[in-house]
Amino acid sequence: MNLETVDVVVIGAGAAGMSAAAELARLGLQVVLLDEQGSPGGQIYRGITLAPLSRRDMLGPDYAHGNQLAQALASSSVRYEKGAAVWQVTRDHQVSYLREGRLHTLQAKAVLLATGAMERPFPISGWTLPGVMSAGAAQILLKSAGLAPNEPVVLAGCGPLLYLLGWQYLRAGVPIKALVDTTRPEDYWRARRHLFAALRAWPYLRKGLELMRSLRSAGIAHYTGAEHLAVEGDEAATALTFTAAGKTQQVATRCVLLHQGVVPNIQFSQSLRARHEWDADQLCFSPVVDPWGELDVPGVYVAGDGAGIGGALAAAVQGQLAALGIASRLGSINTAQRDHQAEPLRAKLESNLRIRPFLDALYQPKEENRIPADDVMVCRCEEVTAGDLRGFVALGCAGPNQAKSFGRCGMGPCQGRLCGLTVTEVIAKARGVSASEVGYYRIRPPIKPITLGELAGE
Amino acid sequence: MRTDPLFQPVASEVRSTRTVSLTFNDKTFSVPAGISVAAALLMSGVNRFRATPVSESPRAPYCMMGVCFECLVEIDGVPNRQSCLIDVADGMRIHSQEGARDLVYQPVNVLAVEVQS
Repeated sequence: MNLETVDVVVIGAGAAGMSAAAELARLGLQVVLLDEQGSPGGQIYRGITLAPLSRRDMLGPDYAHGNQLAQALASSSVRYEKGAAVWQVTRDHQVSYLREGRLHTLQAKAVLLATGAMERPFPISGWTLPGVMSAGAAQILLKSAGLAPNEPVVLAGCGPLLYLLGWQYLRAGVPIKALVDTTRPEDYWRARRHLFAALRAWPYLRKGLELMRSLRSAGIAHYTGAEHLAVEGDEAATALTFTAAGKTQQVATRCVLLHQGVVPNIQFSQSLRARHEWDADQLCFSPVVDPWGELDVPGVYVAGDGAGIGGALAAAVQGQLAALGIASRLGSINTAQRDHQAEPLRAKLESNLRIRPFLDALYQPKEENRIPADDVMVCRCEEVTAGDLRGFVALGCAGPNQAKSFGRCGMGPCQGRLCGLTVTEVIAKARGVSASEVGYYRIRPPIKPITLGELAGE
Repeated sequence: MRTDPLFQPVASEVRSTRTVSLTFNDKTFSVPAGISVAAALLMSGVNRFRATPVSESPRAPYCMMGVCFECLVEIDGVPNRQSCLIDVADGMRIHSQEGARDLVYQPVNVLAVEVQS
């Protein structure tokens, strides 16, 4: 097979990928940027180059900021390929992808994974019903199509994205029926030791406080410390029930938007058998990387939320740092030049990450919403419940990979993406061992589904 | 299955001048160009995209970013397409997926009688 060779392949055109690709091109390298979407931006800046000005204004200045990255990309020499579904990355830097029904494989000297984050699963009773979506999903509908719920919506869970979506809905004139917040007083108590660092990130903190204040002053029903969340409905969602301040509540709605933070998307780093560690603060697995984002697989780098959640601003800086690391590895700059150019970036990264421990502590997802009761669906594809998993453990199932043979858990079309973390934590709790000991699914290519016909058409 | 749309354009949204026409389960509707199939269906009153292979329970998009695979539909005869990742195109024929897929799928240009088991 005659492969096209390039210097660097960057996977993912979000904050980290756009920034890294433009920087690599500036450093004189030949770069191919592959992205699954039809336009650059990733999820945080989704549709940034296409959104009309009125929509950009409604979404707020943090969204509009993505335009700078998109413009830098557009004016660079980067070969940007949209609509490219990467289904395999090998340890020797071959990248295979499907685009417009045809397979392509590139041989790179280095690969940068910038596949970002995904929302943490929110397994509660009734979360599989039509009408229940993640808050991120609803925000994507707003960013990419200008769509919002047709009738008063219920936002439930915790975390910056949930409140930001509420704020954006207010600006767009979309009625919110209730904000059902799972944050409890003890979360503020736990977060207080990070308050000093958070105060040093005052602009970020102030933005958050203003956002919360506008939600409160809008007169939206705001429940705090909500527990025992469950969605009711037969063929579709009809209500959200929960307990708050000792009282059981039922809020009727056809649309429930759930959110409890984001976690790294680790499909590629896992498929490469890179080393991952359990992050006890962010409650997820992250790949282990060096200061340039390089995995323990030489020449393969990760930048942005895929290496641990830091947010869009941090991701863009991590992209630049990874670009410097790669450029030095490939000989276009020497290590002294690399370190010199990295110095201001490291300071910027530190300042962008300062708020993170506070947010991680304050919005730590509740155990009952991560390790659900027996009747709750964990693997949505193969319809395996938490009770089924505990039954497997009683029969000797030690981890996620064995759960596959016990009951097809994680073997549906999503390939374990949506249930992986829940499965790890349910099994760990049932066995009384750490999440790290239980481990994660063994991820194998194809990372994205391809048909045999497409494979044979190569 | 079509009911009241779960999603609609926000008030400030400028009406798209370019629209495309597509069908869902043989019903025709017109949607703005440049949006995903999943977004188009949600704004057109399709609240249920498929029934699961295991228990045939109803499902609709959950993540809108290619993670959950809940938005799978059949597009132009090809099953298991992630409708949140595919942009609408004029003349698209979309069908909901009811239960498990047949082992043999039916390309659009092949007559139904030839492949039915």
